[in-house]
Parts: sequence; structure tokens; C-alpha cells
Amino acid sequence: MSFIIRRLVFYVVAAWVALTINFIIPRLVPGNAVESIMSKFPNLQPAAYRAIEAMLGVGHPGSIWHQYWAYLVDVAHLNFGTSSSEYPAQVSTLLAEALPWTIVLVGTATVIAFLVGTALGIVAGWRHGGGLDRVLPGLMFLQAIPYFFFALILLELFAVKLHVFPLGQGYGEGLIPGWHWDFISSAVYHSLLPALTIVLTSIAGWMLQMRNVMITTIGEDYVVAAQAKGLANRRVVFTYAARNAILPQLQGFGLAIGFVVSGALVMEIVFSYPGIGLLLVNAVTSNDYALTQGIFLVITFTVLLANLIVDFIIVFVDPRARAREATR
Amino acid sequence: MSADPAADSAVGRADSRALDRATHRAASAAAGPAAGSSLADAGAQSSSPVLDIRDLSIVYRTPAGDVRAVDHVNLALGAGEVVGLAGESGSGKSTLAYGATRLLRAPALVTNGSVIYRGRRVSRPADVLKMRPDELRRLRWREIAIVFQSAMNALNPVLNVRNQLLDAIHAHLKMPRDEARERAASLLDLVGIPRSRLRSYPHELSGGMRQRVMIAMALSADPEIIIMDEPTTALDVVVQRDILAQIVELKDQLGFSILFITHDLSLLLELADRIAVMYAGQFVEIATSDEVHRESAHPYTKGLLNSFPSLRGPRRELVGIPGSPPDLGHPPPGCPFVPRCGYARPGCEDVDMRLLPVATSRDPDHVTACPFVLPDTPAPPAPPVTSGSPAGELGT
Amino acid sequence: MTVAPVISTELSAVNTEAARPGWWRRMPTKAKAGVVLFGVFVLTAIIGPLVTPYDPSYENPSPGASMNAPSGAHLLGTTQSGQDVLSQLLVGIRLTLELGIIVGLVATALAVIVGVTAAFLGGFWDELLSLVTNVFLVIPALPLLIVLLGYFPNRGEAPTIVVLALLGWPWGARVIRAQTLAIRNRDFVAASRETGETNVRIIAFEIVPNEVSLIAASFVNTVLYAIGASVALAFIGVADLNSWSLGTMLYWAQSQQALQLGAWWWFVPPGLAVALMGTALVLLNTGIDELGNPRLRDASSASRIAGRWLKPADPTPVLSEISLRRTGFAGFLHSFSRSSLLDNAEAGEGR
Repeated sequence: MSFIIRRLVFYVVAAWVALTINFIIPRLVPGNAVESIMSKFPNLQPAAYRAIEAMLGVGHPGSIWHQYWAYLVDVAHLNFGTSSSEYPAQVSTLLAEALPWTIVLVGTATVIAFLVGTALGIVAGWRHGGGLDRVLPGLMFLQAIPYFFFALILLELFAVKLHVFPLGQGYGEGLIPGWHWDFISSAVYHSLLPALTIVLTSIAGWMLQMRNVMITTIGEDYVVAAQAKGLANRRVVFTYAARNAILPQLQGFGLAIGFVVSGALVMEIVFSYPGIGLLLVNAVTSNDYALTQGIFLVITFTVLLANLIVDFIIVFVDPRARAREATR
Repeated sequence: MSADPAADSAVGRADSRALDRATHRAASAAAGPAAGSSLADAGAQSSSPVLDIRDLSIVYRTPAGDVRAVDHVNLALGAGEVVGLAGESGSGKSTLAYGATRLLRAPALVTNGSVIYRGRRVSRPADVLKMRPDELRRLRWREIAIVFQSAMNALNPVLNVRNQLLDAIHAHLKMPRDEARERAASLLDLVGIPRSRLRSYPHELSGGMRQRVMIAMALSADPEIIIMDEPTTALDVVVQRDILAQIVELKDQLGFSILFITHDLSLLLELADRIAVMYAGQFVEIATSDEVHRESAHPYTKGLLNSFPSLRGPRRELVGIPGSPPDLGHPPPGCPFVPRCGYARPGCEDVDMRLLPVATSRDPDHVTACPFVLPDTPAPPAPPVTSGSPAGELGT
Repeated sequence: MTVAPVISTELSAVNTEAARPGWWRRMPTKAKAGVVLFGVFVLTAIIGPLVTPYDPSYENPSPGASMNAPSGAHLLGTTQSGQDVLSQLLVGIRLTLELGIIVGLVATALAVIVGVTAAFLGGFWDELLSLVTNVFLVIPALPLLIVLLGYFPNRGEAPTIVVLALLGWPWGARVIRAQTLAIRNRDFVAASRETGETNVRIIAFEIVPNEVSLIAASFVNTVLYAIGASVALAFIGVADLNSWSLGTMLYWAQSQQALQLGAWWWFVPPGLAVALMGTALVLLNTGIDELGNPRLRDASSASRIAGRWLKPADPTPVLSEISLRRTGFAGFLHSFSRSSLLDNAEAGEGR
């Protein structure tokens, strides 16, 4: 129990650091931030200027601590300000529209890739030295390909040349989002290629990692002891080797969540998939600071939450974690 | 079970040794090491050994060549007998034991020999080295069980004690679940651990308790032979005594044989019926423990016996064995102990390490690998100072 | 890159393997391939920009020169504005590699300093440094990079390097701290302390030399991360879009609809270059891993005995049995041989 509490405190601290960075950075920019933005975009409406000023805290009475407190309160109410590129849309609205797409796509694909990759890794580790090892250099290559590049390749192959999958977007033209079959089937169809991209590139990484951990674990005394006990191979592999090897693998998953999410976001750009990634690139190109920061916060919080869930799973699986002080 | 550890240590090792031996002898009644306890002799069990290791050689195949870890060794383990396997680290004793049960991993390779098993439950003698994987699985634990050195490492960290015991039970004995559970609980009773510990995980137990769990687990399928690999090395002396006493008691009660591996020769003098001393992958002396204690024949054994102090008797200077074991990748010709041997002489490089009987011994099966030195050969004046050079240099 | 870089979680054994003669020969094939591949890129980075057939920024205004497929004049075709892709690629490899290595050096140095200090000082400082490390580890890097870089007036190479290095050290620091903790408690360090060596000397001469393979692996991983992150950033557009790095090439290709127009020669070469560089680094890392973790190495080199592949958990092989080749059909038949535990002990009796 104390393990979970310690982790919770840690994530709260991390969230707070993210919030504070978000707050401090714009105020560190030399010169008047508002003016530098205005000079880049001379054609914005005056209301947009006011929105930017509000976000940057210019013209607010009160000390910086007041502003900081106001900022924290805003975030607590999920008020991330007003978008300047999509004025007058609220950042939170835009986020709420885009977030489900990303979570469903990236979440599902990543979990599938992790499970399948780990299973393959268990086999590869157990049969170390055998046929599966010949695939390794290929897997390493696969793992080193940036998500978005792989997306480009797949798109080129399957969408442009072979016309098997759509060229992008989240759903077909002219469809209205809603809970009806037309829309859902179209959405699923459009998500297949992006999901495939994520699964194919990241599976290699999980497999390699699990394989290495398995090899190390198989060398442990308790696996030798399990064999000495004359247990069936299946029991040794799963209950003795894999069940212990899964722990560092899960920890690795927690660490990797940030990477995976980042990679997937960039990949969304290639597919023009209506998720957070696309929103992000639009925000960046149009220098929409409020939106950029809002996206950063949301992504960070999501990743922290995912990490917390992984920690829960680890505690559930590892009896030692429940007992020991987490000295991560 | 020793009732008062404090009293025991006060008495001193030498005395308690005598005490134990007396009780030991009384308990096992009949004569000699080859006879089992009262549970033996169910079938036509004459004095054929339960485990017969013949001419066994094991190497580690590395890119740089073969490392000869075990070199043409012979050892027989009788029913109900306790055989001690003594030697320093790297002598090959663990390799021998694990190799004989085929638990070594690559790059280990058995290059020669046979390991014949003649347990009470098998209808014909069987060569472990020729067994198929499914036969091996049936042999393991049910016939030959192992108590590993470090219980912390040998127990699965994510399973509780009961599940690990049940694993062993279900793998070999067909019994309904509740019977198995009862058996697991009674196994803990046997080693003196409270039943409440069934639900504990390994990291929640103390070192001594973990080792007892290992012993309980080894007994779970009622084996014929238990190989104990330095089971008490990592424990403090008091717990050590307790556990060893318990082992002896269980052995007398259930009738299994023990192959006890340790670097601590003094332990074996108390515990074992026979002792086999190993050096650089070969046996240098095999005799009853009484004889080893009284009049050992091989220079290495003599050196080992001189290396530990006794609690009684006059103070004398501790004499170790200077130098280090030879490089097993390039073994020197003849006797490997030459560079560290006080009795070394020109003929030593031609010794073929065959084990020869010691005529003057009270033990008719007392053998030694040194043809020059006898039990009553006077000790050399001082151990040779091998000028810091590692062994293996002589003659190569 | 895509996934957190693969590194064995096993703390590496104390070793100075690489110093022994013959280390090239004993290096596993994978690592050798990685070294060679990486060497190719380094070479390209050095001489590439000097041999570009054209000036990468030169835009050919004539419409016929735009978006040409590879031809004799342009080995990798042209871009939307008639620029030569090959020249851009050569310059890009140098820029990207340069950036990656510099970030790698700086971030690894930081990681070593933080990791060793935290492990050595212990107590409050360790807690604090660990907290900082872990916080920056868990906050996703790319979005943070975007936020940080986004406010810089120019997003050129220098700010990119600074920002990447700032976020690149935590990973290595964590691993190095763990290893230092393990070493610190070892006897030879205590012995040095007893003989009065100062802390600085202990760190420099006892601890760090034993972590060389770990530091090397950390460096390789950081370079991997730096290349991946910088390419991703450039692809999004958070970079100096006038310089020719592999990432900016991809950005322009994407924004000029190279995919839809079928101009694969524009985006495949830079992407492939990134993937190959990454592969080289991962291979290198595997080699370093196997050097430091004997189990991985022994298992791979020794699982072939007398011509047969052996799974690591197989029973100890017996030479005579292997040569009997009880595989395939013969093995199938053998499995029916009549015995419960037993095989004829012909060898046993007569010796």
C-alpha cells in the first residue's frame, strides 16, 4: 500500500513540475512575448490579441504568485484558455474532440503490440539460439524506423499504390460523427493502417526487450531449481521464468509510454488522423501557444495516468513490490 | 535437534562431534555405510550403489577451447549413505553433481562416462545420460532431489511457499488437491516450520527458514537421493548446526541417501559416512570420514585438515595451502596439485591420477591418487613458498 | 525513436573486456555489423558535403526540373522546387549525425555526473537528484521539447542541442546511478576508502572504469534518442526549416505532398537513412550489452554444440547422444523405445 501512495505522490509532483514549466516558459522569453507574437501575426483580430495576453498573463494586476495561483485554478477547472488559431474555440473543447481518437487508436494498438510482442519475446527467449534468433537483425531494423516514416511507407504501398486502405482522415467524407454503424465502421476502417503502423514498429521493441529479460531470467537459480524439480516445461516457462521476467518488462513499458505516445502523435500527422497529433502540428505551425501548452498538459497527464496504472499492475503481480519501499 | 545451541558451542566442536557420532551410530544400528536404514531392503537390494558414476567427464566448451571441469571420475553412492564431496571453489564438485543430473547449461558438455541409477522404484538400472527428456523429468525430484546453496535465489520470488511445494508434489505424485495440501503442510511440520508460513513469500522468511523450506521441498516427492549443495554455507553457525542435525534425523527417519557438497571438510567429518576429496576436477582421495580424520593419505586432504583450527588442543600456526588451483583449460601433465604440494618430487608429472588402495588403512575401500605419500609419511618441514606464481606453470 | 531503447536491465559485470587484445575478433557478429554500418555513416557525414553534385539549396526554376524521378543527372531525383535530393541527403546525414553525437556527449556527461553523484552522496542529495531524474523521465519528451523550443526566437541547431541535451540525460543517469550504487557497496571500494583515497580519486579510478560498458551503452542510446527526437521535431516543423537535416527534408516532402504525388524518392532516402542509422546504433548497443552481460553472450555463442542448436534450458548435452543424432524421425522412433525411465545400461556393467 505504501508503494502505491509513494508512486501517487511522485506523479503529483511530476504533474506539478509540468504545470510549472508550462507557466514559466512563456514568461521567460526575452522581450514582450505578446509583441513578438503580434509581430508574427499582424492580421489577428483584436480579440485574439486579448486572448493571448490573457494566456500570457500580461496586463494582469497582481504579483506573479497571484497569476500562478490563478493559472493553477484554471487548469483545475480544465480551462486551458482560448485558441488563437481556431479563435474563438476554447482549447479544452478542441482537446475534447481530438483526445478520444488518439486514445482509442494509440491505446489499443500499443496494448496489442505489447501483449503480442511480449508473448513472442517469451518464445524467443526460451528458444534462444534457435530459428527465431535469425529474425533479430530484421527486428532491430524495424524497431529503429521512426513511426511516421513507416507510416509513409505503408501509406505509399497500401493506399496510393494498392488502394487497399484509405489515404488518411479519421472517417469517410461526408459522414457525420455519431453512434451509428456507418460512421463506426468507417472510423474503424480508417484506423486500420495507423494501428498497423504502430503495431508493426513497436512489436519489435517489446519482443527484443522481453527476449533479453527472459534470457537473463532463465539463467536464474530458481529456474534451474524448477527444472530440477522435474516440472513440466510449460510450468517452468510461464510460472517461473516469464512471471518473473514480466516485471522488468512492465517497468520498461511504463518508461516507454512517453516515447510511444510521442511517436504516435507524429504519425497521426501523416495520416491526417483527427487526433491530438494533428492538433499539435497545427498549433505549432500557427504559433498557437495556448493550444500547444494545453496539448502538452493533456498528454503529460495521460502519460502519468498510464504510468500509474502500470504501477498498479506491477504491485498486483509482484509480491515484493507490496512490501518494499519503492526506490525507483 | 539440539536443544541448547549455546551449550553446544560452549562444549566445542571436538566434543560435540564425538557426541553426534555416538548418537548417529546408535540410530543407524547396523554395520557400515552401505546398509540402509530399517526402511531399506525392500527388494533384492544388495550392496549395489543407488547412484553409480563411472568415468564421468564434463567440459565447458568455450571458443578458447574446452575447460575440463570434471575428469574421468568414479563415485558410488549407497542406499542410506551420506557421502561428502569436499573441495575448494572451482574444484568441480558442483559441476559433478549438477552434471550427473543433467542440470548444467550450455556451454557444459558431458564428454564421457555413465551415471547409473538403481533406485528401489525402478525395475532396471538406468543411465541418466541416455535418458529422454520425459524420463529425466520423472527421475528428477522423485528419485533425485537437490537442495540448492542459496535458498533465496533458488525459490521463485513470486510464488508463496505452499504453491512451490504443491508444484513439486503435483509434478510427481497423483493425489487429490486437499491431500496434496495436507502433504505440503506436513512437510513443513517435518522441518519444524509453523504451518502459517505456507502463505508466505520467500522474501518474508529468514535465511534459516528458507533453507528449511528447500529441504522440505526436496522431501516432497519422497526421493531416494538428495544432493545437498553447500546448504548451510550462507548461514550462521548456530542455525547451521540445527539444520544439519535435522537433516541427519530426517535421513534416519526416511532412509534416503545424501550427496553432501561442501568446501568445509570439518563439517563432513561429523556428518558423512564417506568423504570424497576433489581437486581440479579429479578425485584425490576417497575414504570413510573416520579414516580421513584419523589418517588421511593425500597431501591435499592433509592440507585441508590443517587449514582449520580446532577449539581445543594447543595453539598452532594456521597452515593454509599456498597458491591457487590450475587453469582447467590447459591442465598440466600428471598430478594437478604439484605446484602447491609440500611432498612434490620428480615423479609427480607422470602420475596418472588413478585411485590406488591405501594398504595401511582401516577402511578397506580407502583410495588415494598419490602413489608416493602414505598416511604416516612425515610432513615436509615447511610448506613451499611458490613465489607468487600461479599454478599450471610447472612443466608446461 | 519509436520505443524506449533496448538495454539489458541486468547490471553489467565488472569487466574491462574491451581492453583485452582480440576484442574485435571476439565481438559478436551483430555488434560488428553495427560498427561497420555506423562507420559508413560517419564516413558519409565527413566527406558527404564535400562531394555533393549540386548545391542542396539551389532551386531550379524551370518547371520541367520539378519532382523528377531518379535519373542520370539526379541520382535521387529532385524536389518540388528542383533541388537535388542526393545533395540534400549527403548534407543532411552530416547535420543529423553531428547533432546526435554532440547531444550524446553532453547528455551522457551530465548523466554520469548526476548518476555517480547521486549514488555516491546518498541520503538527501540522492533523493533529490533521483526525484528530478524520475520526473523528467516520466514527462513525455517530445511534447515538452515542442513547448520549450517553441518559444525560442530561432529554432536552429544550437537551441535544439541545448534542449535535447537537457531532456536526454535522465535515462542514462538512472542506469548509472543504479550501477554505481551496486559497485559502491563492493569490497574493493571499501578497501580504497580504508587506504585513504579521496572520494574524487575513488570515483575516477575505481568506479568509472568499471562502468565503461554501461556508459558506452548509455551514450549510444542517447545518440539514438537525439536523432529520433530531432527528426521528429523537424518533421513537425519545430526546427530551422532552412537547414538541410534529414528531418527537414521529410518536413518539406510531407508539406509538398510528395506522398500523394508519388515522389517516393524524396521521402524514402532520408527516412531510410534515419532507420539505418538507428539500426546501426541498436546493433552496437546489443554488442555492448553482450560484452557486459556474459549470460547473453555465452548463450548466443555456445548454444551450438557438436553441430546442434540447443535451447538454453535443455538438459546438459551428452556428447555421445548428440552424435547419435536422435533427431527427426529417428528421434520420433526412439521416443517409443520400451522403458519407463530406463535405457539399457550396457555401458554400465562391464567397465
